[in-house]
Amino acid sequence: MAKDDNSGKDLTAADSSTVGHEGAPAGTAVVVRDAVANPGFPPHRPRVTDLDPSAERQAERTVYTLFYLSIVGSVFAIVAYMVFPIIPEDPGSVRLNNLFIGLGLTLALMAIGIGAVHWGKALMFDHEGIDERHPVRGTDETRTRAVEIFHEANVESGIGRRSLIRNSLIGALIAFPLPAVVLFRGLGPMDTNPSALLSHTMWKAGTRLAIDPTGTPIKASDVTLGSAFHVIPEGLQDLEHGKLEEKGKAAVLLMRLKPEDLNELPERKGWSYDGIVAYSKICTHVGCPVALYEQQTHNLLCPCHQSQFDVTNHCEVIFGPAKRPLPQLPIAVDSEGYLIAQSDFTEPVGPSFWERH
Amino acid sequence: MTTFNTPKQPRGRKAGRRSPLASVALIAIGLLFTGGAYAAFSTSTASAETNATSQQTVGEGQKLFAANCATCHGLAAQGSGSGPSLIGVGAAAVDFQVGTGRMPMQMNGPQAQKKKVQFTEEQIASLAAYVASLAPGPGKPDASLLDAEGNAANGAELFRINCAMCHNVAGAGGALTAGKYAPNLKGVTEAHIYEAMVTGPQSMPVFNDMNISPESKRDIITYLKYLEKTPSPGGLALGSLGPVSEGLFLWIFGLGSIVALTVWITAKSN
Amino acid sequence: MSTATTTTELVETKKSGGLTGAAANYIDERTSISTAVKELGRKIFPDHWSFLLGEVALYSFVIILLSGSFLTFFFHASMTPVEYDGSFMPLKGVEMSAAMASSLDISFDIRGGLLMRQVHHWAALLFVAAIGLHMLRIYFTGAFRKPRELNWIIGFILFILAMAEGFTGYSLPDDLLSGNGLRIIDGMVKGIPLIGTWISFLLFGGEFPGEQIVGRLYSLHILLLPAIIVALIAMHLLFVVVHKHTQYPGAGRTNQNVVGYPVLPVYAAKAGGFFFIVFGVVMLMASLFTINPIWNYGPYDPSPVSAGTQPDWYIGFADGALRLIPPGLEFVWLDRTWSFNILIPLISLGLFILVVLIYPFIEAWVTGDKREHHILDRPRNAPTRTAIGAAGVTFYAALWATASSDIIATHFSVTMEGVIHTMQFLVLVGPFIAFFVAKRICLALQKKDREIVLHGYESGRIVRLPGGEYIEVHQPVDEYDRWKLVSYNDYKPLMIRPNADGKITVGQKARAGLSRWFFEDRIAPVNNTELEQAHGDHH
Repeated sequence: MAKDDNSGKDLTAADSSTVGHEGAPAGTAVVVRDAVANPGFPPHRPRVTDLDPSAERQAERTVYTLFYLSIVGSVFAIVAYMVFPIIPEDPGSVRLNNLFIGLGLTLALMAIGIGAVHWGKALMFDHEGIDERHPVRGTDETRTRAVEIFHEANVESGIGRRSLIRNSLIGALIAFPLPAVVLFRGLGPMDTNPSALLSHTMWKAGTRLAIDPTGTPIKASDVTLGSAFHVIPEGLQDLEHGKLEEKGKAAVLLMRLKPEDLNELPERKGWSYDGIVAYSKICTHVGCPVALYEQQTHNLLCPCHQSQFDVTNHCEVIFGPAKRPLPQLPIAVDSEGYLIAQSDFTEPVGPSFWERH
Repeated sequence: MTTFNTPKQPRGRKAGRRSPLASVALIAIGLLFTGGAYAAFSTSTASAETNATSQQTVGEGQKLFAANCATCHGLAAQGSGSGPSLIGVGAAAVDFQVGTGRMPMQMNGPQAQKKKVQFTEEQIASLAAYVASLAPGPGKPDASLLDAEGNAANGAELFRINCAMCHNVAGAGGALTAGKYAPNLKGVTEAHIYEAMVTGPQSMPVFNDMNISPESKRDIITYLKYLEKTPSPGGLALGSLGPVSEGLFLWIFGLGSIVALTVWITAKSN
Repeated sequence: MSTATTTTELVETKKSGGLTGAAANYIDERTSISTAVKELGRKIFPDHWSFLLGEVALYSFVIILLSGSFLTFFFHASMTPVEYDGSFMPLKGVEMSAAMASSLDISFDIRGGLLMRQVHHWAALLFVAAIGLHMLRIYFTGAFRKPRELNWIIGFILFILAMAEGFTGYSLPDDLLSGNGLRIIDGMVKGIPLIGTWISFLLFGGEFPGEQIVGRLYSLHILLLPAIIVALIAMHLLFVVVHKHTQYPGAGRTNQNVVGYPVLPVYAAKAGGFFFIVFGVVMLMASLFTINPIWNYGPYDPSPVSAGTQPDWYIGFADGALRLIPPGLEFVWLDRTWSFNILIPLISLGLFILVVLIYPFIEAWVTGDKREHHILDRPRNAPTRTAIGAAGVTFYAALWATASSDIIATHFSVTMEGVIHTMQFLVLVGPFIAFFVAKRICLALQKKDREIVLHGYESGRIVRLPGGEYIEVHQPVDEYDRWKLVSYNDYKPLMIRPNADGKITVGQKARAGLSRWFFEDRIAPVNNTELEQAHGDHH
């Protein structure tokens, strides 16, 4: 292996002269003048299967046994498909079906794989081969010819000379995809303004608070101290269209605290009823439902990013990435004793958006 | 840390109580419990347990209470700085707290832990009868609501809306603020699930009968028991913790075993 | 032409083979396939376990295509509400989208359907994980150096596309978990200044969640993204053929050769067999372990949520970044909302991705080395690169772990606030610690290598000399093993020189500064003189 022996030569120089184009700079690499020589390949070590015919026969037996096993696995999977049917309303049957078809296929696949690899490792000729490397760049001759071709194409087409043709073509090629961009406007409905949609919910003055998901209206007397009700506006379940979109904005959590525990702002004094407060359930961070109410600490927790809100202080943020308090729904009680909304939320609910202010 | 292995003994927490830090913690816990007690007390729809419990049982319970609970909750269950008033919490609360081993509390912490039950069935019943005799409160649920024979589909939907955000959709439990947590619901008895919903122990809100009707509570229990007795159709459930346990499993077992196999594939044969 | 003669020979030999020969002749006369066989059939591939990681990714992708095709025959990508009437009792009568109902049907009403779903999902997790591990191998061995920089870019884009494939697929069943994932995406998109609200509006075809998103993600998931991935994989592999595979330093191996096994037969047997092994492992996981139990999550509804709502692992780092932001980073300015609680994670992850993407060019610029590199670096022999990698891995891992902050809190009985604060510290400070530690370890290992080359291995045998002195006998290292320890690239810091105008440019200064940072701590490889001196000492 004299060719690979770099002894007496400068290693980096040897690199650059053979691979990579002539004299490719080595940058700040250190050129080692008396580098240790590459000793060439170590002697080949024969395998047991090369030396011992019985080991070779044994390996051969292992390989074909594995391949036969694979066939057994495939057959087993087909049999399992028939023997372990899915029985309606019995998840246990699904489990067996899944398990046994899967195990059959696992055997079929693993046996082929292990057999093939074992064949390659133990029986196939195991002397390593050597490929020469050549620089990735084309030879100088090729590169010269490529430049020539471009030059000829330029002369023959006149693309360099006829600048008006060239520039107008570039312009046309830039312009033609633009209609496609415009077409994508159709992804959203035409005559609606998203920020206007985001600013309103289904709640309006007099809408009764109802239990999610039944839609049963809630009486103030139903809401005992320490309770948490998951609330939707009455009538939501009867919507023909846009049920989830409306629910995504209108979902509310209703809680009852001791009135003296609430530190209410003067302007929001009338928004609660006898310690009953209603807050938007949609997190002001990125919109997960903030539904974890701890009735003793009066904290609300969002399970997605751990923002925490203090119900006693108008749901201001006490931990986590959210910034704004959860919007409060002003509530009152109607003549029949049912809880109603005094109005819509006074600010957009849910995650912040650019046009929000 | 003091443990109570013999319920008849008076509580021996004196050393701990003297520490100022412990007092602060106890007061904090007391405040937590006061809320819960108040909740149950003001329950306007509380199903008052009016059945005539024999005076003897109540007397038995009073003795147990004086010996094991009064240190924190007061001799007349009126509450103290270290434990909430139990007047009006009802038999359900006692059965849940004592029956799951949460009471008597072993040590101060973010919340009372589920542990080995400290009393016999009869002792718990006597304690419950005593506390229930003080004022009306939610009683122990009727056996017909605990048969787990309700509508699992309705129960599943109610569970997702009212419970899953804390207890996880598969009832595997989850984290709350400041080291508190919603426990795993596997293995919790039907009665304790019901009582927890009615009484709202610790951080848990109260789900009274106007919010979730007794029938619906039965459905929720049905669903939880269905989850418990039905094996996961896809195979082992990896703790039902969702993508985190799946991802960990993939990296450790999946990719781990494949990397081990690559080492075998590229190792030179003997 | 030599090609022509080979072809005739091949054809002739094949002709004698009867049917096979006739078939080969038929095909070759119409495709010139013999040329491809001649060029590629005996191509050499070096053998090392870490060279199979890319194959794991490729094979998982094939498994995903196979199982995914099966699923498309049964899945309805529609959000039209239907009443579920399948075999799974606890969801009977529940209103859900057709997508969710058909996913449940695949799971509970089609034999082997759940198996295919689980194969698909496990293989998807494996796909991204294998790409990640493959990239780490490329990075830490310096395999991205010239001429492979462009292939690093292609591979990196594949990594991003794989995550996009994963996320779009995760969202398709329209279950509660993935729906909340989309809700989070919607919230993040809305936080982008100027265009965010409109992007969200167009993406969802109106307000969140709308009835469009599943169909749209489906087009991306089964058509557009796979097509791009297949094209890029083809390019990626073409480059591997053009460049020939790198190899680890070893006796006889040089920058001008590649040593290993030929494609036919050994490599084909091993690599082909390995496909079945990877498929087998995925199949085993799918038969024994539940993944994504959508029947527990139920249909998407904006009101419920589950404790432990997390994305699949590969999106975890982004979810973790969102969790780490302290409160209060959102402002109204110029009558518009600036959501820095979303922008900071987006921008810092964007920068992180950008730095990883262009790292090969940064290092090439710093070293100024324009040579081709086909011999891999052992990580210790590029201490600064390895240390930067360790810092990057730490940063990523801390973000990733944060995505499970609530599960860490419950399972290790700590507070979730404590976990978040610890992770905030780790994300900011951890990378610096990792950098320092990794660099010191690399330099120490290099020193140890020098010791071994010069004085041999410590044999553990203690001998008492006649003079009463105790010494440990050192076993000299043989010349083949020695070569691995001495043959590496060594760089020194750049000396700034004035340019033709006699000036030192800002760019030069920056390069010199970076170069000093990269290479000021260096351990030079042992040379012949040192080796002879050391031997002189011993004899």
